[in-house]
Amino acid sequence: MSQPTIKQVLLDPIFNNNPIGLQILGICSALAVTSNLKTALVMSIALTLVTAFSSMFISMIRKQIPSSIRMIVQMVIIASLVIVVDQVLKAFAYSLSKQLSVFVGLIITNCIVMGRAEAFAMANPPVLSFFDGIGNGLGYSAMLIVLGIIRELFGAGKLMGYTILPVVNDGGWYLPNGMLLLPPSAFFLIGLIIWGLRMWKKEQLEQPDFRIAAHSQEKEAY
Amino acid sequence: MSSQRESTTRTLTVALLVCLVCSVFVAGAAVALRPIQVENRLLDKQRSILSIAGLGDASMSGAQVKAEFDKRIKARVVDLETGKFSDAQDPITFDPLQSSKDPALSKALKGSEDIASIKRRERYSTVYMVEHDGQLDTLIIPVRGYGLWSTLHGFVAVKGDLNTVAGFGFYEHGETPGLGGEVDNPKWRDLWLGKSVFDSNDKVAIRVIKGNVDRSSATAVNQIDGLAGATLTSNGVTHLVQFWLGEHGFGSFIEHLRAGEA
Repeated sequence: MSQPTIKQVLLDPIFNNNPIGLQILGICSALAVTSNLKTALVMSIALTLVTAFSSMFISMIRKQIPSSIRMIVQMVIIASLVIVVDQVLKAFAYSLSKQLSVFVGLIITNCIVMGRAEAFAMANPPVLSFFDGIGNGLGYSAMLIVLGIIRELFGAGKLMGYTILPVVNDGGWYLPNGMLLLPPSAFFLIGLIIWGLRMWKKEQLEQPDFRIAAHSQEKEAY
Repeated sequence: MSSQRESTTRTLTVALLVCLVCSVFVAGAAVALRPIQVENRLLDKQRSILSIAGLGDASMSGAQVKAEFDKRIKARVVDLETGKFSDAQDPITFDPLQSSKDPALSKALKGSEDIASIKRRERYSTVYMVEHDGQLDTLIIPVRGYGLWSTLHGFVAVKGDLNTVAGFGFYEHGETPGLGGEVDNPKWRDLWLGKSVFDSNDKVAIRVIKGNVDRSSATAVNQIDGLAGATLTSNGVTHLVQFWLGEHGFGSFIEHLRAGEA
């Protein structure tokens, strides 16, 4: 297997191999933090940094990690990074960290971070792993930002807290779609985005697992 | 190479080293960032005191909060045993929450008294006052108690008549977002405004009920709509407000204040 280039690992995950769109990983936090763009952005930055640095550190010691405890070692490194990110947010963006509450801590269990550590960093050199982490973080961020824009703009008439569409409650003309502020709406949006992505890039279409056989019941049964 | 890498000693050494490096890293970050975090928490508390007193909102900058707080709000320490102001502690540096863990400065509550499930109640606590021309305009009382998962920490503000609610809210809790976490919903917090703490017999009667308040009933002035899907948090809120405004909390202090003897 030839080694991928930095450009490949950096740009592929955005459209061709999007962690949310194709691999369907990290959905939980994508539902939870995208009700407004600001939290979506902070979450994106936090996850990108954690993925990049955890991949780099794990790749640096990949030849030393005994395979029997490799998952635990990866977990310890990821968890330490997440705690540090959480502490930094608490120190420099207190109100945002209150809004994100448990979700920063839950980056630890985000499948994207663990997936990149196990699938890529364990087999590739540090610099490449670092950029692979950044790339996958960007793929996640792209999806979160799109969701954040749609949900905040049409759900609350705002972007980054600034009014774009004046809502009826404040004397404007726009009647906001309240459902978009609820987590399930992100499910519908992610579904639509995945559909759009696979229409555009046909190679992402999956073969159906099975086909429903033709209806074989006899007419007499009626 | 491969067998050496998988040996037990090797595994233990790697595990130990990774843990050691990571713990130093995490501990270092936590210790280095602590002063800034403490500052933030204090600022957040002051911000919520201001917003509950109706003097500010979330968009104020840190410096504005500090200036407005220093200008408008007066902190005084109250001795909950005597129900009077006390100078035994400095209101700026004294931390009532910390002292509730110190046996010398707190007392254990009996099961029947401890409706808010806080186990120990501090002897000294800090109240915040907004004064207008020397007259008490708003009194802000700290409250805390157990909801469903967590201890909720917040404030109740009452107007100068020491009965009408002027503001209510929590600055720290860990209730379920969307259910119990709706205690932070501005619409729900607004429901508290103008409600009366005491009934006609001067007993603490304010409570969160299940469902919606029947506006025509005589007790509607003491009742607040419950949070749908969060009965235990709603009950917890009732208990903690009743505890802190009642006889084991600030009850006697409020009586003294009303009589002008605090």
